[in-house]
Amino acid sequence: MMQATRDAYGKTLLELGKQNPNIVVLDADLSASTKTASFAKAFPERFFDMGVAEQDMIGTAAGLAASGKIAFASTFAVFGSGRAWDQIRMVVAYTRLNVKVVVTHGGITTGEDGASHQANEDIAIMRALPNMTVVVPADAVETGKVIRAAAEFNGPMYVRLSRAMTPVIYKEESCDFKIGRGIVLREGKNVAIIACGIMVGVALEAADKLAAEKITCRVVDLHTIKPIDKELIIKCAEETGAVVTAEEHSIIGGLGGAVAEVLVENAVVPMARVGVRDTFGESGKPEDLLVKYGLTSGEIVTAVKNVLARKK
Amino acid sequence: MNLVEIAGKLRQHIIMMTCAAASGHPGGSLSAADIITALYFHQMKHDPKNPTWPERDRFVMSKGHAAPVLYAALSESGYFPVNYLKTLRQIGSSLQGHIDMQALPGIEMSTGSLGQGLSAANGMALAAKLDKKDYRIYCLLGDGECQEGQVWEAAMTSSHRKLDNLTAIIDNNKHQIDGKVEDIKNIEPLADKWSSFGWEVFACDGHDIKEIIKTFEQAVKVKGKPTVIIANTIKGKGVSFMETRPLDYHGKAPTPEEEKRAMAELCQIKDFEL
Repeated sequence: MMQATRDAYGKTLLELGKQNPNIVVLDADLSASTKTASFAKAFPERFFDMGVAEQDMIGTAAGLAASGKIAFASTFAVFGSGRAWDQIRMVVAYTRLNVKVVVTHGGITTGEDGASHQANEDIAIMRALPNMTVVVPADAVETGKVIRAAAEFNGPMYVRLSRAMTPVIYKEESCDFKIGRGIVLREGKNVAIIACGIMVGVALEAADKLAAEKITCRVVDLHTIKPIDKELIIKCAEETGAVVTAEEHSIIGGLGGAVAEVLVENAVVPMARVGVRDTFGESGKPEDLLVKYGLTSGEIVTAVKNVLARKK
Repeated sequence: MNLVEIAGKLRQHIIMMTCAAASGHPGGSLSAADIITALYFHQMKHDPKNPTWPERDRFVMSKGHAAPVLYAALSESGYFPVNYLKTLRQIGSSLQGHIDMQALPGIEMSTGSLGQGLSAANGMALAAKLDKKDYRIYCLLGDGECQEGQVWEAAMTSSHRKLDNLTAIIDNNKHQIDGKVEDIKNIEPLADKWSSFGWEVFACDGHDIKEIIKTFEQAVKVKGKPTVIIANTIKGKGVSFMETRPLDYHGKAPTPEEEKRAMAELCQIKDFEL
């Protein structure tokens, strides 16, 4: 089954709106794309379309949160992280206000809109902010759980979702999402593949391919980039002796960077990062871009073999 | 103390605090002293003993560098002891160089990166409307700050959402760090700008407390749109050598020798105890 994580966001937000009158939603002229439109239709008095003004949107969300509201503010990942970064830093992270910046169109699978709209740096710049929690769910089922957890959690949070249809890997009842706790999806002895977002599904695919070659992979969904699950990362390194990270984001400063920071200070093992190299994307079909920019199970297989060779 | 005396006291605190800290922004704090006095000692309903009282009026100081005048007003109102003012900008103090809502009860929004306060004030005004509360939001901006694009994004939001529970005040002291506002990047005609953004615009002498209060009373009566008061002020007001050389005292504290001269001038106001 395929479903876009942004669709799960829209659906969950609508349910939460019915349950909690304290939830307000803001968007910056992209409600049809971010899927906040269904909330807008059901609760027009609690929805604020701020127009093309992301900085103002974040400031307004902070004012609403300072008055006791749970504010969800949505736009595309590039604008939500980059255009409004100083606003998020100043009146959301610094103030610890209850604002959830939930962005869609994260990463290269934004596709045809091209480099201007493909956020490949957002995880890095968001996780650099003190007080900020950064979550990248792996599929639509997990997204539903993340959004519910976000509504319960008191404080700033950045949630990064995708535009594209992606495989659903979790079953509703078996997805045990907790902020800051990575999920081991598959056990394996030779290497740990630690992934987030849509690359979790790709990592499972790579693990299948490697199993045919008698290489067993532990696959981890490290949905929370911050606070990072240090314990689990160290355990993965100690028990398998090699780590590969996979993310739909620049290899600079994102999941790979965060995992490398933990490893280098705690458990040095051969490591490789799969992600977008230090480059901007371009227009194209999401599936073609994933191939061109090295975000495939084949790339993960190659990276695994590379770290295994260094292990010896 | 009458309001004029209170404003004088706030000015004395500003000089002493910034001199003790050997840094800070006296010029734009002194220019706002009468506006802040009118707000905290007359216009706003607030309770220093219960800073989070839900029914209170909210004050967002978007020009966060004028922290000393707000700290002075909060301490004189009774939010914290006056002698704590001397910890301004010291390590571990709640009196941060730019205001921090997490550090100090009574601060409604953290500011310091200019241009952001009005958006937050809008959010508070929207929340008041949602909750059917009748508290009001006041937001103080600098004139130089009006060069920030986000101010005008927010200005559109306030009028589009008909936020008549919001009053912005511009501390129009006509100077910014690098020079006169008209020379650096002219913001005039300022009243026309706000008016064309859908605001009801008032102007007043920002150092005549009676006139400030009268203007607040008019602003409160306006229905269906936000109100802005362009308060014409003098940077460094109350200290002669700061008034004549405002650019030297935007972000520079008085020296101990200058403090003495400034205090001598400010102590002309009766009821001051050193």
